[in-house]
Amino acid sequence: MKKMRFSIYRYDPDKDAKPYMQDYEVEIGPNDVKLLDVIVKLKTMDDTLSFRRSCREGICGSDAMNINGKNGLACITDIADLAEPITLRPLPGLPVIRDLIVDMTQFFKQYHSIKPYVVNDSPRPERERLQSPEDRKELDGLYECILCACCSTSCPSFWWNPDKFVGPAGLLAAYRFIADTRDEATSERLDNLEDPYRLFRCHSIMNCVDVCPKGLNPTKAIGKIKDLMVRRAV
Amino acid sequence: MGVPVRRFDAVIVGGGGAGLRAALQLSESGLKTAVLSKVFPTRSHTVAAQGGISASLGNVQEDRWEWHMYDTVKGSDWLGDQDAIEFMCRKAPEAVIELEHFGMPFDRLENGKIYQRPFGGHTQNNGQTPVQRACAAADRTGHAMLHTLYQRNVRANTQFFVEWMALDLIRDADGDVVGVTALEMETGEVFILHAKAVLFATGGAGRIYAASTNAFINTGDGLGMCVRAGIPLEDMEFWQFHPTGVAGAGVLITEGVRGEGGILLNSNGERFMERYAPNLKDLAPRDFVARSMEQEVLEGRGCGPNKDYVLLKLDHLGPDIIKQRLPGIREIAIKFAGVDPIKEPIPVIPTCHYMMGGIPTNYRGEVVIPQGDNPESRVNGFFAAGECACASVHGANRLGTNSLLDLVVFGKSAGDSMVEYIKNEMPTWKDLPADAADRSLARIARLDGQTNGEEVADVRTAMQRTVQARAAVFRNADNLSKGVTEIQQVAERVKRTQIKDKSKVFNTARVEALELENLIEVAVATLIAADARKESRGAHAHADFPNRDDEVWMKHSLYYGDERRLSYKPVHTKPLSVDYIPPKERTF
Ligand SMILES: Cc1cc2nc3c(=O)[nH]c(=O)nc-3n(C[C@H](O)[C@H](O)[C@H](O)COP(=O)(O)OP(=O)(O)OC[C@H]3O[C@@H](n4cnc5c(N)ncnc54)[C@H](O)[C@@H]3O)c2cc1C
Ligand code: SF4
Ligand code: SF4
Ligand code: FES
Repeated sequence: MKKMRFSIYRYDPDKDAKPYMQDYEVEIGPNDVKLLDVIVKLKTMDDTLSFRRSCREGICGSDAMNINGKNGLACITDIADLAEPITLRPLPGLPVIRDLIVDMTQFFKQYHSIKPYVVNDSPRPERERLQSPEDRKELDGLYECILCACCSTSCPSFWWNPDKFVGPAGLLAAYRFIADTRDEATSERLDNLEDPYRLFRCHSIMNCVDVCPKGLNPTKAIGKIKDLMVRRAV
Repeated sequence: MGVPVRRFDAVIVGGGGAGLRAALQLSESGLKTAVLSKVFPTRSHTVAAQGGISASLGNVQEDRWEWHMYDTVKGSDWLGDQDAIEFMCRKAPEAVIELEHFGMPFDRLENGKIYQRPFGGHTQNNGQTPVQRACAAADRTGHAMLHTLYQRNVRANTQFFVEWMALDLIRDADGDVVGVTALEMETGEVFILHAKAVLFATGGAGRIYAASTNAFINTGDGLGMCVRAGIPLEDMEFWQFHPTGVAGAGVLITEGVRGEGGILLNSNGERFMERYAPNLKDLAPRDFVARSMEQEVLEGRGCGPNKDYVLLKLDHLGPDIIKQRLPGIREIAIKFAGVDPIKEPIPVIPTCHYMMGGIPTNYRGEVVIPQGDNPESRVNGFFAAGECACASVHGANRLGTNSLLDLVVFGKSAGDSMVEYIKNEMPTWKDLPADAADRSLARIARLDGQTNGEEVADVRTAMQRTVQARAAVFRNADNLSKGVTEIQQVAERVKRTQIKDKSKVFNTARVEALELENLIEVAVATLIAADARKESRGAHAHADFPNRDDEVWMKHSLYYGDERRLSYKPVHTKPLSVDYIPPKERTF
């Protein structure tokens, strides 16, 4: 059986003065295909190793982490593709609670700040509000976000100003509601982003696009919001 | 040192579809409500639902809720309660329209209405022709629905307790529910949440099986808490095996693939479902398709080196349909089966998917248990909805897309019942019993103090292997009775689990050990209830009793954990307004 080497960020505030990297060696069996399979196995050897996980199929957004320097989801990362020692760290830029578990409060605060819900105060029709397939298509590439935070925690602008810059995930969501023909709050949404930081700290560095495990493109959505801002200014 | 107490009008345990829909009713009514979830709400397993949510909108062909009701009763193999089924199917169109108004991004038809696709067991005219009833957002319907419900709760200012794990139900001397104990995972602290009403919406427990489409967190916590608090579990012998889990990985491939035209093939390249279900073919209900697949494998017509799976072919749909309607499936097939379904078929096997049984409720979401000569007397202050509850709309076999519907219909109905109960019957809180937190503290203390114990992972694996081997698609008397003995041996080992991690901070080893204490209750209930049912009905296929026996067995089982015994209660045969649908032979 093949062995693989790991180097994993460890920190338990209950006992460690400061974080350290711990080395592991683990045998890879035929069922150990994804990185999450192996981390789960590691946890059977050392139950103090702490991380989040749930769906194991790339849809819940729990197991985002920094894998060999790049943010991703452990459950859909093939171990065969990873160079050794496989280095695992918590998502950068957020406070670490323990090991690979980060405090996502700031990330969700930004998501909540863009009013992530359809606003439509006109009287509710008895049936569905109609939307053409073309209009619905505008939401593709936007609504599929799983709030994993891979993008925002790879964005330098978010690292420096997590309290002021909405970040790629939040801005993608903002555009998801702007783009929805059923939403009536576009101008309030733009007002809400009209600020030197909230939107305009994005310098199109594209790290976010590079890491998104769902293949979404926050930079493009941000560009569209910027266009709308410019257009309404003239 | 006392356990800190926090007070709410209502506590909801669970932030999946059912919990979030109920939370809206409570938040909007102005009652002080806490919603607890082991994970951030959008990480709940509702997010993984793919194919759709059913409602007789009739957007593509004529449809009626009465037909939906008929299909659900027949799908349930006449174990479903017909009042609850009528309630759900009648409310379905308004529930789905409401989701649309909340902003859910459904796919659309050319005329702008919600897109609906065919699904297993959905028919027109009581079984005659397939109908398109499954309302879908591509193959990410659960994700679209869960995020929309979460977003709506952000708007309603719902108060969430994220990464809080409920440990035990608190009942007072009258048997009424007055709160829960809960562990704040980040700090390791235990709290008492004192409430006038508690809702369980804790989801499924598919992790009792070795191969399951369920997430790691689906550990049946609500059911474990009930068993420990003396509340019985209903119909635990009925587990749905989804025909199309990815062979080896367990990850689900939605029935929507067959709804869109995908077909199952054996090693001869034969579309074998034509033989078993000449009318509905690949779109027969799940129990039926799963058994047909197993039969093919048993008769040597399985595929692959070990001849142990069949193939799901969809390349004939063409790349456009696959990319537009089934993009998530393509992603899953590439990542977990290593095949691109545009070119190659996907290896699939029946995989544990859904728990039809659960906490006994009525269609108002009230938990009801036998007391005196009333088989369904209310447990004051206690409500349940979603997969953890048994209303029972799914009976012995759930129809695809009826679970997402169950979540929103019964989530709302339970929320309404709670609001009414709190406003009309509960001007103030009942007192907490003096020992409110004792059981939970003892569980944690036992775990922390355990020496010479067993590894959690080993015991969990033993449990999963036992359930997988003894309570599978095809069951028989010998296997089940061995299973009953074996699982009770595993249960003894659960009492001696040990963890090395003693940290207070985000101790996931402790969480997993506590989850195992819930899983094992579900596993024991499953085997005992399955061993006792001497007939075949829906998902319970018993080789020694191959026929359905309505005379003796048209009844719900109730499992009591304290003595590991069963009792039974009648199936509801009176719908709310329409005529009873009497049992028939189930062919497709
Ligand atoms: C892969 C897959 C695909 C599916 N596709 C479909 C489909 O297309 N259509 C359909 O109708 N059905 C489908 N189903 C079934 C359906 O998705 C589930 O039955 C349903 O989502 C369950 O919802 P729920 O709200 O009851 O529970 P969940 O969504 O599982 O949520 C449970 C909640 O309870 C919380 N919780 C649990 N225990 C505790 C505790 N101790 N303390 C605090 N919180 C706790 C969790 O954190 C979570 O928030 C599918 C199921 C699977 C697995
Ligand atoms: S493109 Fe903008 S949001 Fe994305 S990483 Fe760069 S700065 Fe951040
Ligand atoms: S945009 Fe992509 S990377 Fe960012 S949170 Fe959403 S899914 Fe994750
Ligand atoms: S475990 Fe859900 S995304 Fe990886």
